[in-house]
Amino acid sequence: MPIITYRDALNQALREEMQRDDRVFIMGEEVAVYQGAYKVSKGLLQEFGEMRVVDTPITELGFAGVGVGAAMVGLRPVIEFMTWNFAVLALDQVLNAAAKMLYMTGGQYNVPMVFRGPNGAALQLSAQHSQAFESWLAHIPGIKVVTPGTPYDAKGLLKSAIRDDNPICFLEGEMLYNNKGEVPEEEYLIPIGVADLKREGDHATIVTNGKMVLVAMKAADELAKEGINIDVVDLRTVRPMDVEAIKASVMKTNRCVVLEEGWELCGIGAQVVDYVQRDCFDYLDAPVIRVHQADVPMPYAKNLERHAKPDVPKTIAAVKKVMYID
Amino acid sequence: MATKIFMEALSPTMEEGRLVKWLKNEGDAVKSGDPLAEVETDKAIMELVARGDGILRKRLVNEGDAKPVGTLVGVIGTADENIDELVGGAAAAATASAAPAPAAASAKSPEPATEPPTEKPAVPQSPSPSAPQPPASGSAARSSPVARKMAADNGLNLSGVSGSGPAGRIIKRDIEAAMAAGQKSGPQTTDHRPPSTREGDYQDLPLTQIRKTIAKRLSESIGPIPTFYLTAEFDLENAAQLRMAMADLGPEFKVSFNDIILKAVATALSQHPEVNAHWLGDKIRQHNRVHLGMAVATDDGLIVPVIFDADTKRMSQISAEAKELAGLARSRKLKSEQYTGSTFSVSNLGMFGIEQFTAIINPPETAILAIGAVEDKVVIEKGEQVVRKRLRVTMSCDHRAIDGAVGAKFLVTLRRLIENPLMLVY
Repeated sequence: MPIITYRDALNQALREEMQRDDRVFIMGEEVAVYQGAYKVSKGLLQEFGEMRVVDTPITELGFAGVGVGAAMVGLRPVIEFMTWNFAVLALDQVLNAAAKMLYMTGGQYNVPMVFRGPNGAALQLSAQHSQAFESWLAHIPGIKVVTPGTPYDAKGLLKSAIRDDNPICFLEGEMLYNNKGEVPEEEYLIPIGVADLKREGDHATIVTNGKMVLVAMKAADELAKEGINIDVVDLRTVRPMDVEAIKASVMKTNRCVVLEEGWELCGIGAQVVDYVQRDCFDYLDAPVIRVHQADVPMPYAKNLERHAKPDVPKTIAAVKKVMYID
Repeated sequence: MATKIFMEALSPTMEEGRLVKWLKNEGDAVKSGDPLAEVETDKAIMELVARGDGILRKRLVNEGDAKPVGTLVGVIGTADENIDELVGGAAAAATASAAPAPAAASAKSPEPATEPPTEKPAVPQSPSPSAPQPPASGSAARSSPVARKMAADNGLNLSGVSGSGPAGRIIKRDIEAAMAAGQKSGPQTTDHRPPSTREGDYQDLPLTQIRKTIAKRLSESIGPIPTFYLTAEFDLENAAQLRMAMADLGPEFKVSFNDIILKAVATALSQHPEVNAHWLGDKIRQHNRVHLGMAVATDDGLIVPVIFDADTKRMSQISAEAKELAGLARSRKLKSEQYTGSTFSVSNLGMFGIEQFTAIINPPETAILAIGAVEDKVVIEKGEQVVRKRLRVTMSCDHRAIDGAVGAKFLVTLRRLIENPLMLVY
């Protein structure tokens, strides 16, 4: 099986879906001539032309709104945000237009579109450009929120997202684009809303998503050296959330850690903990512990940024805590 | 709100307790966890502790009186709280004799009677309106949800399980250990816990037909445990030299014959799981870990504290533990987990000058070794009469599980170790 980058996996997904369906087009800052700020749209302008690969001004709210309108009249836009940090400017179109349209038109207009771009912290991009938005977006009824952590998931989920008849927020990561993984040559789709057990173990469960999948896997590798075997449940989609996958794992291991990139209060982990306490109460051997970003604006200083981010040592410590070790 | 004090089940088999001594007077302030009274159980004298904060308002049982588990023996409350109704109900509670569910009774405990009327009657005045009631077992131990579920699914009484989690929380591994030990009940404490059970600690052997027939026929002959006895005499000259050599190194290195014998027995058992076994009726459980019981005579009778994982312990550890356990036994301070779980037992009457005796098997164990006195005896060695230190041991074996030759092989191993104590460091 070919081993390719997350970036190339997304590029393949876009190209294949644009070949498959000429209603699909991509629009955003630097997506065409510059080939994408992170080169995700590389080669698409040459292949599909400027009607389907559209550079925009720096006007997130404007081109997000154009996308919603295009979707309402039958196209299938993919709106690239250079980062989700910039997409805050477009939140009104996501929250009030895309998410509400089907409901407020009594089912007359659906909005089949994808908002996509890198999410969360990279390295030293400071407080305004290091934010993880999945919990903000997952809060909104009417959209789906997809957070792939591997090249395989990125491709299969982006293809499903483009084909979905609902607005999808698709959260990638600067630090993920260069990661490599196996991606089959033949076409495949990954259903939205289905988690993936990335690693199997009996001792404890780590529920996670997105970029943190890699952290969870590294933590699980380290713990395996001590004979501790971890179930890593990669949610892949945080809305809708695959509660059954969480339950199956926690009922097996009796111990759960939730690892997420964002802040603690009202985070993705808070919702996971709620499902766990409600559905797995009789199966818990320890309180569920969350690992998340420190409750501060992301510091610019390298050492402080490192402390603020969820990481492998914090995850290992949390697993040991739910296992009553140390 | 008042907290009732109940006679609690302080040992796994306790049905009633004798209140030996009150440790608090009426009017004394008490905090949750404070010892209130000494209670004599069927096994030991234990402390009954407070399950709530306040003032010991009433003692309902006189020192020296025995009361069934679940009986109301006192009340803790605030200084001005009206407890008449609680105290009035004491007679009824007492007649409910063995009802082991004090929590059920306390569910009906009345509301505090002396709340002054306020604008917001629903808000309790006291900062800690009610101390948590103990669960039905009379224990305040916490437990994780899965531990409770596993216990319920397996008919395990949580009060018999020691918690190894924070604040003594009973967690999954404690239940697994308790189930593996076949323990259905027993008091909970935190220290001196028997080691948790791991996979591979024992193997269960289904009974073969011949084993079933042997068990049935021999039980009819001598029942219910068809015991046979194997006596052997060991030469202890080398052991005596070892003792002297060690004593020469300084008083801290002194070991007794008993320490050497316990170490040798533990080592031999690790090589003979066939006698380190439990008879479980439908199967024989051979233990791969050696939890060595040692019979201790006390003024109240015999008790058998356990040296857990004795085969993995150095002689100095065994010596120290044996001494400590014997001391605890004589002062009746043993906790139940310190005298349950043995896989094989040893009884030593050598200090009474008993040359040889037969000990009675402590079921479900399948054998016990009776140790006699070390005595100078004339023996024939290479045709010459010589005086040697000799020891007689008699192993009582449950014939349902152990055949004569099996027991004898164990004694062969034991002889090699005791007669050549250097083997113990091999």
